[in-house]
Amino acid sequence: MNFDFSSEHRMIQEQVQRFLSDHSPLSVHRAVMEGEQLQANSVWTGMAEMGLQGTAIPEAYGGVGAGYLPLCLIAQEMGAALAPVPFSSSVYLASEAIGLYGSEAQKEDWLPKLASGELIGTFAVAEDLAEVTEATLSASVQAGALNGSKLVVPHGLVADIAVVLASSSEGPCLVVAPLDAVARKPVEIIDPSLAAATLTFESTEVEMLGEPGQGWPQLEAVLHRAAVLFAFEQIGGASRALDMAVAYAKDRFAFGRPIGSFQALKHMMADMYVALKLAESNAYYAAWALENNAPDLHLAAATARVSATQASQLCARDNIQVHGGMGFTWAYDCHLFYRRANYLSVALGGLNRWEDRLIEALPGAAA
Amino acid sequence: MDFTDTNDEAAFRETAKEWIEANAPVHLAEPLTQSGFGSTKTGDLDPIAEAKRWQKTKADAGWACIQWPEAYGGRGASPIEQVIWNQEEGIYSKLTGTFIIGQGMCAPTLMAYASEDQKRHYLPKLASGEEIWCQLFSEPQGGSDLAGLRTRAEKDGDQWVINGQKIWTSGAHYSDYGILITRTDPEVAKHRGLTMFFLDMRSEGVEIRPIKQANGDSGFNEVFFTDVRIPDSQRLGGVGDGWKVALTTLMNERLAIGGGISTGFPEIKALAEALPLASGQAIDDPAVRSKLADWYAKSAGLKNTGARAMSALSKGEVPGPENSIGKLVAGGMMQDIAKFALDLQGLGGLITDPEIARSQAQIQAMLMRSPAVRIEGGTDQILRNIIAERVLGLPEDMRADKGLAFNQIPTSESK
Repeated sequence: MNFDFSSEHRMIQEQVQRFLSDHSPLSVHRAVMEGEQLQANSVWTGMAEMGLQGTAIPEAYGGVGAGYLPLCLIAQEMGAALAPVPFSSSVYLASEAIGLYGSEAQKEDWLPKLASGELIGTFAVAEDLAEVTEATLSASVQAGALNGSKLVVPHGLVADIAVVLASSSEGPCLVVAPLDAVARKPVEIIDPSLAAATLTFESTEVEMLGEPGQGWPQLEAVLHRAAVLFAFEQIGGASRALDMAVAYAKDRFAFGRPIGSFQALKHMMADMYVALKLAESNAYYAAWALENNAPDLHLAAATARVSATQASQLCARDNIQVHGGMGFTWAYDCHLFYRRANYLSVALGGLNRWEDRLIEALPGAAA
Repeated sequence: MDFTDTNDEAAFRETAKEWIEANAPVHLAEPLTQSGFGSTKTGDLDPIAEAKRWQKTKADAGWACIQWPEAYGGRGASPIEQVIWNQEEGIYSKLTGTFIIGQGMCAPTLMAYASEDQKRHYLPKLASGEEIWCQLFSEPQGGSDLAGLRTRAEKDGDQWVINGQKIWTSGAHYSDYGILITRTDPEVAKHRGLTMFFLDMRSEGVEIRPIKQANGDSGFNEVFFTDVRIPDSQRLGGVGDGWKVALTTLMNERLAIGGGISTGFPEIKALAEALPLASGQAIDDPAVRSKLADWYAKSAGLKNTGARAMSALSKGEVPGPENSIGKLVAGGMMQDIAKFALDLQGLGGLITDPEIARSQAQIQAMLMRSPAVRIEGGTDQILRNIIAERVLGLPEDMRADKGLAFNQIPTSESK
């Protein structure tokens, strides 16, 4: 037994951290957030040169085949840097869905281009202001043609293809849709760095992933696997928010002393640390479960997701509180982490959904 | 990263498992399972005697304090082997509570500061449970502010004469020895005038009085010292170095207690599965599911954090202040769980008669014992200070006693 990442994986993490701090400082994030460009193209290309998009994609399909453990640590750095590129949508969701359910021909078609960063993928589920259910799902595919619209698709403005949840005569299914001829409309969301769009499909030619009618269990499997990677993004962001709070509290004086010497603030930051530590430890276990396709993967993923969402929201929120009024200015970076934390919290369904999934996966506690 | 056993680890687990199956006190399994928090149930048998018997059985076969060197009564096992042993010992580990303070806190202090002869003399019997040790730290005027303690030690030839009072000493009434922190110099700053000793609890002038706790039990004691004589050879560390020695004890306390601490999660899960509400089974209620999920995530987080600490130890790292999170999380969680269980059950949740109440009133016992978990061994507030100052590096609190000699520090009497 060894409950830590290996030094080889830590080295990959350090390389990514160095690359992102050199090429994706928060000024780059701001440029995207303020609409100067849709994404940081040079960061995306640089990551592709390092092979990062293909980390967990098998070598047979053009990837690195290094597995999920290094990908988890890369996700942690992406979360800490808020790099404005479609890594989460393309790598944790689209590539995963195609890798899990695509036919041999589909994997050969799509994965090498996703691995090289030449293609950007995304994942389109939400249709309405209410949560999508099997009964309300309205996007539908018939004879290989997709119709309907998806309300909020992260990175929908920059993606080349989308894995879409749609209904069919045989029930829900996942399909791959090329987006070159699809109508995209920007949609304003809390985190403007995500190039979110409403996508409207009109007789778009799509390919079915796996068996028709299996869309719901497929969706659950993709969401659980992605939850582990999102959890690492969440702890990356939470950790940076905590670092910001601690640095500010040491530096800022009030009442003739550093504000970090006041117990009211110390205890707030201690609680941030505790939440982060628990989330990290659960994410470590989930990383192992993902890499090894462990029988308790769903429980491990839901547990990591619940802890990471709690830590991420707490740290992002209380980082603003420690900064006081300055934390509520546009100029300070606190709100960037607050915005991202809130996106990450609902990206795969909100906390209450994951609490419910956790209990469903808990031995002896089935509903 | 690997959460499964290597071949060697699997072999070790198999050996441990076989030995436990052949030797464990199976007749105690049922009462131990029903043990409420804060009390070990052994049916009609005396819990201390049963705990000593199991510990001695383990020691005779080399399964006591397995991480200690063989010369001191251990097995020379690795931290990971300790994790495996704890998993396999399972329910019977509830019998080891009696020895936690001695083995988890006093022993590491002895290993760091006692002479080689003393270690070979005292540690094997501490490991085998033949002798029980307690920790004499807290005082009426020195709890969270431990370094404010007043028990005096004055040199007389090659002996020290002790006068004063300790409080909240767990198990003093059945302990054979104790480690004792005293003030040897009141004229220097408070952290600098302290010295650590160990003593025979049957020494003349030691008087032990049980404290009746808010929950009606009596696990703690007041210990009074009147002209108690301790030979200088039983001093641990230098004169005036007592604070440094105490930190060794406390750092191990947080590791010893944080690892296998109760959270109340298994109890609340069992209750939710069994309890019907007006709306259906409690486990199917969305509000209950939400709470249960949060508590499961926390208890899993503690378990996985403990596992990471063991990996760090096995790479030669020393236990650090980050281990303070165990008790901080578990204490608050247990109190929340007990309160939630009460709310779910209504008036029935008040019943403390184990013959009538659900789950032998285990959660009721938790409700009444849990306030102490958030105080003993470092209050929630002190633990947060430790995390903030020693893990996050935030500045120390502004202190009114900074730089003053101990006897110049304002007290509630001098104000």
